[in-house]
Formats: sequence, structure tokens, C-alpha cells
Amino acid sequence: MKVVLRNPRRELDVPAPHSVAQLLTNLDVVPESVLVIRNDTLVTRDERLHDDDVVEIRPVVSGGAL
Amino acid sequence: MKCRRCREPAVIDVPRHNAGFCADCFTRHCREQVRRAIEEHEMIAPGQRVLVAVSGGKDSLGLWHLLRALGYDADGLYVGLGIGEYSEESGDTARAFANEHGWPLLEIDLRATYGFDVPSGARAMRRVPCSACGLSKRHVFNDAALAHGYGVLATGHNLDDEAAVLLGNVLRWETGYLGRQHPVLPAAPGFVQKVKPLVRLGEREVAAYCVLTGIDYIVEECPMAAGNRHLGYKELLNEIEERSPGTKAAFLFGFLERGYERFAGDAIEERADLHPCPECGAPTPADVCSFCRLRARATRTIPVAVDRSR
Repeated sequence: MKVVLRNPRRELDVPAPHSVAQLLTNLDVVPESVLVIRNDTLVTRDERLHDDDVVEIRPVVSGGAL
Repeated sequence: MKCRRCREPAVIDVPRHNAGFCADCFTRHCREQVRRAIEEHEMIAPGQRVLVAVSGGKDSLGLWHLLRALGYDADGLYVGLGIGEYSEESGDTARAFANEHGWPLLEIDLRATYGFDVPSGARAMRRVPCSACGLSKRHVFNDAALAHGYGVLATGHNLDDEAAVLLGNVLRWETGYLGRQHPVLPAAPGFVQKVKPLVRLGEREVAAYCVLTGIDYIVEECPMAAGNRHLGYKELLNEIEERSPGTKAAFLFGFLERGYERFAGDAIEERADLHPCPECGAPTPADVCSFCRLRARATRTIPVAVDRSR
């Protein structure tokens, strides 16, 4: 499957793990800090993944001057 | 995972509520949280005009969208900070959003109006860019809201922002800041009322709201904010949240319910010492306000190119 990461934008090809949660664990990404988007749709942590999926892992943490 | 409300398939999980939501129920949830925050803290009186500070990011555009959805008379304010391509992209994004909805957007360019930008200001202050940026934005937002007759200035500070600021203030026991850390800063001579209607929504929830409602926001982070202390606090809090969902909300709301009043006196004392700045008229405890001091120093320096590789 293809994984799109942001800031900076880059792509990874990885074997599809069992679930979104497992993908985030494999990539050492804290789930609270991202959204996972597949085909323009948000997916939950328990969603199953497949080898032909393209998912974006979009960071949500922002914060410069407050 | 099923939606907690309608049992349809969920698209977003919110561990602190131990719940999943479908798209429709989630957007309703976000609107309810904002309405609750506004009512609980009496942020906006009926008929008051609201100026929303927008950067092109998820929080500010999401906030503007939510306030309009709730029926508020809310216009946008975009301040051009002069941070290279990042500012150009964020300005384009804010303008496109305003045009798409036909909502008024007030624009102020820091360099054109005040003679300096954030990179030059940071160099003049010899401090981190976020310091010059925050100081400039607070001044310009307040000034613009007063000059254009808005009763309330709304900013997109969310639950995560406020929890991270609280952590920083507690770690250093900044009692003056703790006494001002509230979702509402009431109007006072020289100050417009400032409100934070997203205080009940985490930033993951705000980002999800934007995706689900089709808001095209700038995902890239400000190049000058990379590695700042505030982001470090957020990272720490997210690791704790992952192990113990609800911790950020308990930390912030617990402070607001049981801690804030203990420090509010310090802030009231600080406000009593304020007088108008002789240069711009903004309230200040010093001879000249910190924004005018920054401006005086920054306008004596040469514009600084932004390093995009940071």
C-alpha cells in the first residue's frame, strides 16, 4: 500500500498492516497527532487496510505564536 | 466502529469521549461544543459583530465556518506577516475561503502598514520568531477590531493550544499569565473582548471538522515555528493523552474550574497599572508599549529572507 506523509510531503510503499492503528504503530506515529485519510475520507483506527489502499497521514499539531 | 449517535459506520474516533462519529453527527458534535463554550463563558452577546483572526490554517478557518454555521455575524481578519512563501500561501488560502463563501475579509499587511515584518522583527528583538509574531498579532488584532467597530475578537485557540500554554505557564509558575488564561478576556479601556470558542475541541477534532466540511486549509506548518517550545509541550501532552485519554481536557477544564480564580487577582493588578502608550495609544505598563518598541527597532533593520529549509 502507499502512505503519503506531510511536512515535508513524501510517500512510502509498505505492506498493508492489519489496521490503521497497526500502521501508525509501525511508523511510530502518535494517533492523537494525526488524521488518517483514505480516498478523501477519514478512517478510524480500527479500519482494515488493503494492499491497494492509498492513505494520507495528515499531522494536526500546529502552533507558532499564540 | 459505529457512530455513537446513529450507529452508522464512524469516520472519526474521539478517544477522550470514548466514541466514534459519522460525518454528520461529528459536525453536529463540533457545533454543539462551540455553542456550549460560547454560552458557558458568555463569549458573544446577541447582535455583537465578531472579527475572526484567520491565518489560512485549520483552526481559524474552522472557527470562522463554525461561527457562521451557528448564525453569528462573523467577518475575517488576515494579517500578512511577511514570512516568505508561507505567508503568500496562507493569504491565498484565507482569501479563497472568504471568496468561496462570500464572507468579508479584512486584510492588513504588517510591512505595508507598520514598516516591518516578522523575520525582521525577530532579528531586531534577538528572540525566537514566534515571540515577535505573537506580539505583533496581538497588537494588530486588537487595533483592527477596535478601529473597525467589532465587539468581539475571536481566535482559533483550541483545547490543545490552551493545555500546552497552561503546561508551560505551570512549569514556570507564570502567575500573571495564569491569571489571564481564560477563554474570555473581557473588554477594558483600549482592549476589545477576546474569545476562544474552540476551547472545547481538540485540534484533531478541528482538523477532522475541516476535512469533513470541505474546508481547504493550509496543512504546512509555519517554517519559523519548527522546534519551538509550544510544539514540544503538545508532543508531551499527546503522549500522555495516548496512554490516558481525556487528560488534556481534565488538565485544562480542571484549571478553569478550580485553579484560575486563584491567579486572576495577579492579572487584575497588572491591568490596573496600564496607561495609554504615547506612540499608539494601546494600554501598556511601560513608557512605550512593547509593540512600538519592536517596531522602532525593526524598522531600523534590513528585511530578512526566510530560510525555507528549516
